[in-house]
Formats: sequence, C-alpha cells, structure tokens
Amino acid sequence: MVPISYYLVLSAILFACGVAGFLIKRNIITIFMSIELMLNAVNLTFVTFAAQWQALSGYIFVFFVMVVAAAEAAVGFAIIIAVFRTRETLNVDRVNLLKL
Amino acid sequence: MTLNLWLIPVLPAAGAAINGFFGRRFSNKMVSAVALASTAASFAWALLAAIRLLGMPADQLPYIERIGVWLRSGDFVVEYGFYLDHLSMIMMLVVTGVGFLIHVYSVGYMGHEGGYYRFFSYLNLFMFFMLTLVLADNYLLMFVGWEGVGLASYLLIGFFFLRDSAANAGKKAFIANRVGDFGFLIALFLLVKHFGTLQYTDIFHKVAEFSPGIESGAGLLTAIALLMLVGATGKSAQIPLYVWLPDAMEGPTPVSALIHAATMVTAGVYMIARSNAIFSRSTTALAVVAIIGCLTSFFAATIGITQTDIKRVLAYSTVSQLGYMFLACGVAAYSAGIFHLMTHAFFKALLFLGAGSVIHAVGGEQDMRKMGGLKKYAPYTFWTMLIATCAIAGIPGLSGFFSKDEILWQAFSSPHGHWAFWLLGITTAFMTSFYMFRLLFMTFFNEYRGPVAAQHTSHEAQPHAATASAEHAGHTHAVPPQAPPTNAHDHGGHGEPHESPWAMVVPLVLLAVLSVIGGYVGVPKALHGGNHIEHFLAPVMPTITAEAAGTAHGGAHPEQEQSQAAEDSSLELTLTGVSVAVAFAGLGLAWLLYVKRRDLPAKIANSLGGLYTAVLNKYYVDEIYGAAIIGPLIAFSTRVLWRGIDATLIDGSVNSGAQGVREIGDSLRHQQSGNIRSYAGWVTAGAALVILYMVWMGTR
Repeated sequence: MVPISYYLVLSAILFACGVAGFLIKRNIITIFMSIELMLNAVNLTFVTFAAQWQALSGYIFVFFVMVVAAAEAAVGFAIIIAVFRTRETLNVDRVNLLKL
Repeated sequence: MTLNLWLIPVLPAAGAAINGFFGRRFSNKMVSAVALASTAASFAWALLAAIRLLGMPADQLPYIERIGVWLRSGDFVVEYGFYLDHLSMIMMLVVTGVGFLIHVYSVGYMGHEGGYYRFFSYLNLFMFFMLTLVLADNYLLMFVGWEGVGLASYLLIGFFFLRDSAANAGKKAFIANRVGDFGFLIALFLLVKHFGTLQYTDIFHKVAEFSPGIESGAGLLTAIALLMLVGATGKSAQIPLYVWLPDAMEGPTPVSALIHAATMVTAGVYMIARSNAIFSRSTTALAVVAIIGCLTSFFAATIGITQTDIKRVLAYSTVSQLGYMFLACGVAAYSAGIFHLMTHAFFKALLFLGAGSVIHAVGGEQDMRKMGGLKKYAPYTFWTMLIATCAIAGIPGLSGFFSKDEILWQAFSSPHGHWAFWLLGITTAFMTSFYMFRLLFMTFFNEYRGPVAAQHTSHEAQPHAATASAEHAGHTHAVPPQAPPTNAHDHGGHGEPHESPWAMVVPLVLLAVLSVIGGYVGVPKALHGGNHIEHFLAPVMPTITAEAAGTAHGGAHPEQEQSQAAEDSSLELTLTGVSVAVAFAGLGLAWLLYVKRRDLPAKIANSLGGLYTAVLNKYYVDEIYGAAIIGPLIAFSTRVLWRGIDATLIDGSVNSGAQGVREIGDSLRHQQSGNIRSYAGWVTAGAALVILYMVWMGTR
C-alpha cells in the first residue's frame, strides 16, 4: 500500500505548481487553469484523508469542490470572453483599467 | 376684579412687532401712528389700572395677576405674573407717561433720519421690556426685563451703526451691563438656594422670618444685597461701572432722554427699593450702597463741570443724580430715592429733549462752545430748559428742590445716615447748580458762536446719508408733516438757528409742567407739607420715621418726642436753607464766569493745571480700565485663548487628525494598481500568512 505521505507530497507539488502558474503567467486562461490545478490538488488531499480515516464527508466535499469549480469555470469563461471582446487581448497586464 | 395688567407691556410689544416686521413698507406717518398709538394705549391702561388700584382696600395689596407657570422644577416654581403696588405703580406711570411724551418728540426729531421704522420699533421694544421689569412679580421675570432693556439700549445706542464710535459705545454699554448682570444673577441663585423661590411675596415673607434680625457683618442677606448692588451699579451707572453711560450719548437724543436718563438707568434704584426687605436687614450692604451713591454723585459732578459737549454734561449729571438716589436707598430712605427718581425722570428727560431741540436748532452741533445766544432763536426750548435747570439745581419751589432736599435731610438724619454723606451731597448740589447753569448760559446767553450757513444734511448721522436718501426715495412722506415749511435743514444750507417743530415743543412744555408740579407730592413736614409720597409708599417700604421712632426714640415720652420732632424740624429747615444757599451760589458763580467775566474760566483752568486736565479727561478712568482690565483681557484672549487654545490646540488636533488619515490613505492608494498579478501576489501572500498562522497554532 502506498503510504499516505506520497499522496500528500504529490498534492503539495500540484498545489505549488498551481500557485506558481497563478503568479507567473500572463495569459488569463493559463491563470485559470492554474486555479483549477490548485482546486484539484486540494481535492486530492480531501480524498487521501477521507480514505485514511474512512470518513464519508471527505468524499462528499470533493463533489462540492467540483461543482464550485464547474460553476466558476462557467462564470469565469463568460468574463474572459467579454474581456476579450472589448480588449482584444488575453494578457492580464493589459487589463488594468480598474485602478486609482 | 382683574386689572389685565398684561396689556400694559404687551401693547408696546405689539407696536414693536408691527413696526419691526412690516415697518419697512409703511410710510413714516403710519410708523409713527402705530408707535404712538401702542404707547398711548399702554399709558392709558396704566392710568386706569393705577386709579383702580387706589380704589382697592389696603388688605388686597399688592395686587398680583398670575398668568401661568413658567418654570417648574420640583418645588421650585416661577410664574408669569404681574405685581402692582404703589412702587411699581409710580414706575409704571413714569415709564409709560414720559415714554409717550418722548415718542411724540421723536416723531419730530427723527423725522429726517434713515431707519425711522427701526427706531420706533426699538423704542417700543424698550417700553415692553422696561414695563416687564417694573411689573414682574418675581425676580426672574424682572431679570428678563432687565436683560431686555439692556438689549434695547444696545440697539439704540448703536442706532447709527455705520458710525464706529456709536457701534463701540453700544458694545461698551452692553458689556459693562453684563458685568453687573453677572452679580445680579448670582444673587438670584443664592435666593433660589436658600429660600427656594423667586416670587416677591414668598421671598419677602421668608426674609422677614430669617434670623438673625439685622446682619451687621458678613451674612447671607448681606451677600445677596451686595451682589444685587453689583447688578444695580451696572444698570444704573454707578462707580465702578458708570463708564458706559457717557459714551451712550452716541445714541439719538430721544434715546438718551428715555433710556439713559428717565427710565432704564433707574432700574437699579427700583430694584434696590423693591428689595428693601433684604437691604434693610444688612447694615453693611446699606452702608456700601450709600458710599457708592455718594462718591458717584460727587465724582460725576466734578467731571460734569469741565465737559463741553452738551449731552455729555447731561450724562454726567445723570450719573450724579443716580448717585443721589443710591444715597437715599443706602440710608434706608427708599421713598426719598423713588421720589427723586420720579422728579429726575421729569426734569432730566426735559433737559435731554431740550438739548436735542438745541442740537436740532443749531444743525447737529453738540459743542456748547459753538452755541450761545439761542434764547432769541428758540424761546420755547429756552424757557423749558430754564425750568428744568432750576429744578435740577434745587431752586425752591420746583420738583428737584423737594426731592433732593429730602435725600440730603435723610442722609443727615436717618439712623443709617452720617454728616459726611450730607456734606458730600451738599457739595455735589453746589456743583450741580453750577454746571447746569453753566450749560444754560453757554447755550442760550450771549451771542451765537456757531457758523451761520453750515452745510448739513441730517443731524447726528452724516454717514447715514445713503440710507437716508434711500428711505426718502422709498417714501414720499419722508419729511414729517409736522415739520413746518421753514424747516429746511435737510435740503442743504442750515441757515440761522431755529425753533423746533411742535411735535418736539409740546412734550417739552408738558414735561416742564411736570417738572414744576412733580415735587409737590413730597413737600416735607418742616415746610408744612404732608410728604404724601412717603405715606403713599409706606405699605411697600417701612418709612424711615417709623423705623427711627422704633429704634432711636424707642420708649421716649410723648412730650420728649414732640420736642425732638420740633428740634428735627428746625434742623431740617436750617439744612434746607443751606441747600437753597448753595443752589443760588452755584447759579451766581455760573453767571459770573460764563456771562459777566468770560475770560475767567480759562484763567482758572490754567491756574489749576494738572488737576483741570485730569478732570477734563474724566480722571483717565477709561484709560485706567483699558490698561488694567481691558488690555490684559484682550491680550490674554488673543495670545492664550485664540492663538494658543483655539488655533493651536483645537484646530491643531483636528487638522493633524485629518492630515494623518489623508497620508495613510495616500500610501494605501498605491496598492490599487490595476495590475492583476500584483493582486494575485497579495492573495497568495495572505493565504500563506493564514496557513502559517494555522500551522503555528497547530504545533503549539
């Protein structure tokens, strides 16, 4: 049996990748994908602990996160399309009108 | 039976309201009609009330009319109410009667001034407050009137507000009065604290039961009486607060006559007389009142001798005569004080109105050195002024003789009196006679010394010309119909001095009649008179003779008392003779110096040198007050209160608070960069912080 620490390390690596992409990337779609990566890293942690402790709520929570991720993707892509239509770019550094 | 006393003050208040709110649109005729009608109605009602009061049985006095409750705080209740007894009756009749005559006079005098409606509105407002003061049935309502007349006085002194000196004189009067009011107010607080009421009847009742009987040293009643005296010195222009009254002459002359001679300044005397139950119980307070009155009368008379402005002479004379009234109150001869108050109201109002008529005649000049010889130009004014001068100087047979002599006799013979009071009083009487006849001779005798064709638009109010012409443009009736066609002084050249219009002359004549006959209500026993006024006021205040009989001659045999009375009577006659002698001596000296040998006054002034200069400059009292009190106060206010506390502390703390918020906001502003990746960085950093915190909490 694979030790639990492997799962957690993998989850941490995935999450770190997500954070790195979230901070570094300029393309708004890539940023979006990084966010999904972080969510899924968290999901992996959830199921790991759920299997470890035989707790059903961990599995259930994963579904919630998936639903939220789907909803977020729907709204997020709508926004991205709207931004692209007006700004004709996906570079977040050029979407900087909302400031003081 | 109700007398509806409330009508007496309310009628002038209505007049003031109508003229004040709508007068701008009225013609001058309409304004005078409203003002005169309300005052006349008030006078008529006051007369009616007085007659009906005299018909009441003695046990119903004082007549008290309660309108309603004003304040209620636990057991402490202050009512709206009016209080009529013999004392307030005299005051009420003097205020409404003399007030009405002065209103009539003002129609002629103010006819070509700007702000005509404003003047009459203020004048009626003054009547309202003065009648409230006089008729109030408790000290708080009296205080309302007391403050109100101060307000009206301020407004009227500063009537020509475009002139700086008038505005300053108004402020000076108001502030000097405030100092006095402060003392009065503390006296009221003490009354509330120790007697729990401010209603006259309750207070007099409780004071009567208050022990010890007579306070000789410091005590509660002494403290109350002395604080009331502080208020009275402010309102009645006594040492040390008299300085505002001479400056108050910046107001129009009818105002000087009504407020600063006949009525308002006597409020302090009225207050002391009204509170005689308190004052009589403290020998210390009485002595202080007498000393202040005596010194003031002497001091002001010496200044009066040197002044050359006709109204200022009269102002110092007023201060001096008020000093006599205080002296009378101070020797517990309240009825003598009220008697002099009444006669003084007649002859001093007449003198001021006469002075106004003189000023009118010579086209706005107030310096007596530029007058002279007016006897033939303004005969009515001359004869009425002559009567008033004789009255104030104490020439036998006129009102001032009887009232002043009564005071001097009481100052000598009363148990609270002293020969020194009499001596100062008689010296003052001599000076009074001298400076009043000096005024008369300088003004009416010899030859006219003023410029004959002086250019002049409006007396007293040169800077007011713009307003005046605006008023004239607005109203076709700007020149009062009473003014005869020869009265051309608002159309350029003034020409020769001339007599005033009849609206001004008639009040002069009526007041002259009162000045003559006013004294016959108080002819002393020594001159085979009944001294009616003393008996008349006896229910209100214990007469001095009764008190003297009770203390000095207590237990004496009737024959002894009779011989004592005869001795007193001959002594009184002797003293009367002395005062008649000094009155004529003053007349003679004035005649010598200002008619016969007119080079002498300058020589005497030169030989006196510094003393003369000091007196001419009013003993530098204004300068001393300025250096000792006003200067430091202004410096303290400017440096500490304004620049220190207000500008540095209060403004500083508020401003630096605002500045700090602005700076914090300014630095935080830069976080809102619009760069999404920097936001992302902050979010990550925040999340990292939260995780670190949780880890730290978990490992602890």
